[in-house]
Amino acid sequence: MGRLLTVTGLSTEFRTERGVVKAVDNVSYHVDESEIIGLVGESGCGKSVSQLSIMRLIPDPPGRVVAGTAVFDGVDLLQFKRDSSEICEIRGNKMSMVFQEPMTSLNPAMTIGRQMAEVMLVHMNIDKNEARERAENMLMQVGIPDPGKRLDDYPHQLSGGMRQRVMVGMSMLCDPKMIIADEATTALDATIQAQLLELMYEMVNKYHTALIMVTHNLGIVARYAHRINVMYAGRIIESGTVKAIWANPMHPYTEGLLSCVPKLGEKLLSIKGMPPSLINRPPTCAFLSRCRYRNSGCFSEPARELTHVEGQHSTACNRRLEAAGL
Amino acid sequence: MDIDIANKDDFELLEEELLPPVNEVKRFIRVFFRRKIVVVGFILVIIFLFIAAFAGLISPYDPYEQDLYNVLSDPGGAHLLGTDALGRDLFSRLIYGTRTALAVGASTALVAAAIGTVIGLIAGFAEGPAQTIIMRLTDAMMAIPSLILQIIIASILKAGVPGVVFAVAISLVPGFIRLTNGQVLSLKQNDYVLAARSMGSSRIRIAIFHILPNCLSPLIVQITMMMGIAILAEASLSFLGMGILPPTAAWGSMAYDGYRYLTTQPLLSIAPGLAIMFLVFSFSMIGDGLRDALDPKLRGTTS
Repeated sequence: MGRLLTVTGLSTEFRTERGVVKAVDNVSYHVDESEIIGLVGESGCGKSVSQLSIMRLIPDPPGRVVAGTAVFDGVDLLQFKRDSSEICEIRGNKMSMVFQEPMTSLNPAMTIGRQMAEVMLVHMNIDKNEARERAENMLMQVGIPDPGKRLDDYPHQLSGGMRQRVMVGMSMLCDPKMIIADEATTALDATIQAQLLELMYEMVNKYHTALIMVTHNLGIVARYAHRINVMYAGRIIESGTVKAIWANPMHPYTEGLLSCVPKLGEKLLSIKGMPPSLINRPPTCAFLSRCRYRNSGCFSEPARELTHVEGQHSTACNRRLEAAGL
Repeated sequence: MDIDIANKDDFELLEEELLPPVNEVKRFIRVFFRRKIVVVGFILVIIFLFIAAFAGLISPYDPYEQDLYNVLSDPGGAHLLGTDALGRDLFSRLIYGTRTALAVGASTALVAAAIGTVIGLIAGFAEGPAQTIIMRLTDAMMAIPSLILQIIIASILKAGVPGVVFAVAISLVPGFIRLTNGQVLSLKQNDYVLAARSMGSSRIRIAIFHILPNCLSPLIVQITMMMGIAILAEASLSFLGMGILPPTAAWGSMAYDGYRYLTTQPLLSIAPGLAIMFLVFSFSMIGDGLRDALDPKLRGTTS
């Protein structure tokens, strides 16, 4: 398996009235070909922003990618200007995205068929009839009954689950190397969510596509992902294989997330407190105020970068790194 | 893929997911005709269109034929509404005036919409200084009273139908620019625009295929309303002698011609005035009805 995407030192800022928000702060990770990566964290921790950054979809102003490289398939995506023809060539073609809200991600004034055809007309050298044929075939693959008729439907005639199936199909049309699923199943109810995850899993396996699953639900990631990156306050604070993280969560935040996965009949636990403001963040660990294991050292030492511990497992927790002798 | 297609249970589950279809045309008609006043407006416009289309068949006389032995005759008798100062049949001239009014109103509104929409789209997509310049110029144009603007443009251009259409259209353009620009700014924030960008669509493609079709409903409403306004503006210009040239039958100039005989033959001014009023009123009502019926919040509902 070759390296598909290498992100190094990605930092994205939003300039607001109250100051500069460092939404993503020096984030580095990589994705191999046909690998499934889970990107986990609570709301507002920079998961989506980090993904939109590499797609060059951050609204500017107020947002701006200030540092870093994202080498995808041999090309640094961050060198391109927003909406330049080079990045448009990659979007939807080599790398595509599925968004959270199926109800609003499709243009209400355009039929499903035309929207699906648009991706192919932009990237592939085919005519309308062939695009329609391919769209119909894709709708069948994503399990939409009577695909030929559905092509002429408008989005409001489909339910949320169906629309998200269309979105998944649309993202696969040009046979991309990587798909980013940005909370793609969060807005759906549990049964539909399970169906869709299963569908996405089968599709990426069938076409050997890499998948980044952005979610706040560790349960989802555990079943499908190979590796997990845990984000907190704009940084990746733990990274490792699903097995390693499940068996031995090194960062107290990851441990907290794991205890938040709902289990039937048990009281639902939560991590006390709120994530810190991303404006003027202190040099110390961002999780400090919520951490159960903090000690006096945590208050004085600056937070460590994500550091490799063992196997593929890395963490940014000062205490654990100290304990590991690093 | 075998699970979803081959597995019958999965298939049935999906079948249930489908929403019952709502007949959009039926819903549109029902909402449109819900208000009686809209029905009245609609019927009036149909009647006016009918009159304009079959003017030659309906009018008892040639509207341009002068009968100088029979000037300023009273209503009734051979001439239903009497004759004007040149002995032309008022009723026939009113009928032919419908043609002028509708043609000028429709073409003016469409020209204004075409220019305004393109500029508004460009402004909304350009952002930054370009948008600011375009929108401040638009504001400046809106600050000029429209009748004065029309008089200025009409007096620069040659009088006649094209001059009137252009003069009135220019005064209506800022409204369309503002409307489109506002729509673009709000529609741009939609998830489907982000989704389209993530699929690699260029900005021009997004503007034409994703933004413009979603602007259409308010644009249609605005065009309908502006038709009424344009007819009124044309009549004003014609009344002031800067619009449609005699002898073409136009309600505005007819009202002006009759104005001199207001005390003896009031109908010469009042009849074209009423015609203008009814036509403008019915376009406003249709615009109102369209606004209700095209409301995207009601789309897909059965209420």
